[in-house]
Amino acid sequence: MKYAYYPGCSLEATAREYDLSVRAVCARLEIELAEIPDWNCCGASSGHNTNRRLAHALAGRNLALAESLGLDIAVACPACYIRLRTTGHEMKDNSRKRAELAKLIALPYEASGNTRHLLDIICHDIGLENLKKKVVKPLQGLKLACYYGCYLVRPPEVVAFDDPENPQTMDALLDTLGAEVKDWSGKVDCCGGSLSLSKRDIAIKLVSELTDMARRAGAQAIVAACPLCHANLETRQVATGQSKLPVFYFTELIWLAMGITEAESWLKKHLISPFGLLGSHGL
Amino acid sequence: MRYADKKGLIEYDASFPSEVKAASGTSLDRCYQCLTCSLGCPSAFAMDYLPNQILRMVQLGLKRQALTSSTIWVCANCESCSTRCPNQVDILSLMDALREMALREGVVKETAVAAFHQAFLDNVRRWGRQHELSLMLRLKLKTRDLFSDLDLGVRMFRKGKLKLLPQRLKEAREMRAIFQRTEKRPTGGEGA
Repeated sequence: MKYAYYPGCSLEATAREYDLSVRAVCARLEIELAEIPDWNCCGASSGHNTNRRLAHALAGRNLALAESLGLDIAVACPACYIRLRTTGHEMKDNSRKRAELAKLIALPYEASGNTRHLLDIICHDIGLENLKKKVVKPLQGLKLACYYGCYLVRPPEVVAFDDPENPQTMDALLDTLGAEVKDWSGKVDCCGGSLSLSKRDIAIKLVSELTDMARRAGAQAIVAACPLCHANLETRQVATGQSKLPVFYFTELIWLAMGITEAESWLKKHLISPFGLLGSHGL
Repeated sequence: MRYADKKGLIEYDASFPSEVKAASGTSLDRCYQCLTCSLGCPSAFAMDYLPNQILRMVQLGLKRQALTSSTIWVCANCESCSTRCPNQVDILSLMDALREMALREGVVKETAVAAFHQAFLDNVRRWGRQHELSLMLRLKLKTRDLFSDLDLGVRMFRKGKLKLLPQRLKEAREMRAIFQRTEKRPTGGEGA
């Protein structure tokens, strides 16, 4: 199984631990990730909020580069995922738009490839049955709230591997890893990540609503699949007498359940230390 | 065109609805004001007008009110409205079209948000990839908010979460060319 890997900018810096755990987990699961040579930023919300032609061009250059490799794309960051998929979706059945895009990026582009999120690839292509065979150290007793956020599930015309209101992919994954997955209603609520730097108050309010909901559901930590949600949930969580909830990437937990201790150096990068929680569960 | 009501002068622009419709590619006439978009909107509490009210303003040609609202900038781009609209109005595309127009006309109400987008894209134009440390610094200079989050930045730096130097693309020059090509006004209808 081989994919063109699009890490995205966050995974080179603020979400280094996500990139390291993605690469390590994929190697173990025999998913070959060939990083797209000279990939560029997808433009994120700043692109489509201010110039949608630019947004398509930024995403389109990456799609065209992957297409020239003859590979489908694997993405870790949902914010990149939605940009690449939106452009792929809009170009697919529209040769006029495709030709216009090819002119903007000065590269041939046929919209032939697919873009997949790694959560989708791991859970649906590798499959939970196969993953279960690799679980050496089940995450027993760890009470988790799976957080999907926006772009893994919305808009459903563009991303469609799970239900937009009550997705289950990550829940089933963490259940397979042996954790105690809590049902909660914050799964697909926005954390305000795109406003984390420009409208701090909004981000703080949305994050505190999410952590309150997760706590009420009995969770000890939140599991995320997005570097922007992760950063926002860590940095905009305000201490309120209770200790802050640690936030994990789903790939870090797969790695831990595989029983490999090297993860420590990644987990040290977290701003909210997960070591107390993990230690209390013998992990 | 202008008309006067009891509260004073109201300006409306008869071509505004069709301009927005063409730019957003979504059908605005389908909205029947059920408020689903506004009820599920995470940023609604921080908006001066609710998303359904913005839509009504566009239908009525109230260009100035719509373009100078805080709503279009505090929208968190979460796609809940577009996903849940029972009549398939793509409200996020509408917001994108209004943001582009507000920038073009220089009537941005929430300058910090627009400054963030500008700083973000300036970095991408220069290097081809985002560089978070300089994004944060640029935003601080643009908004003259020098002291917030300093401790946070230091902690992230110590954790190795902020790279000192940007990663520059091999084809950084091509990146700038792409930006320039997209900045020429499209010949009509929706973007690329």
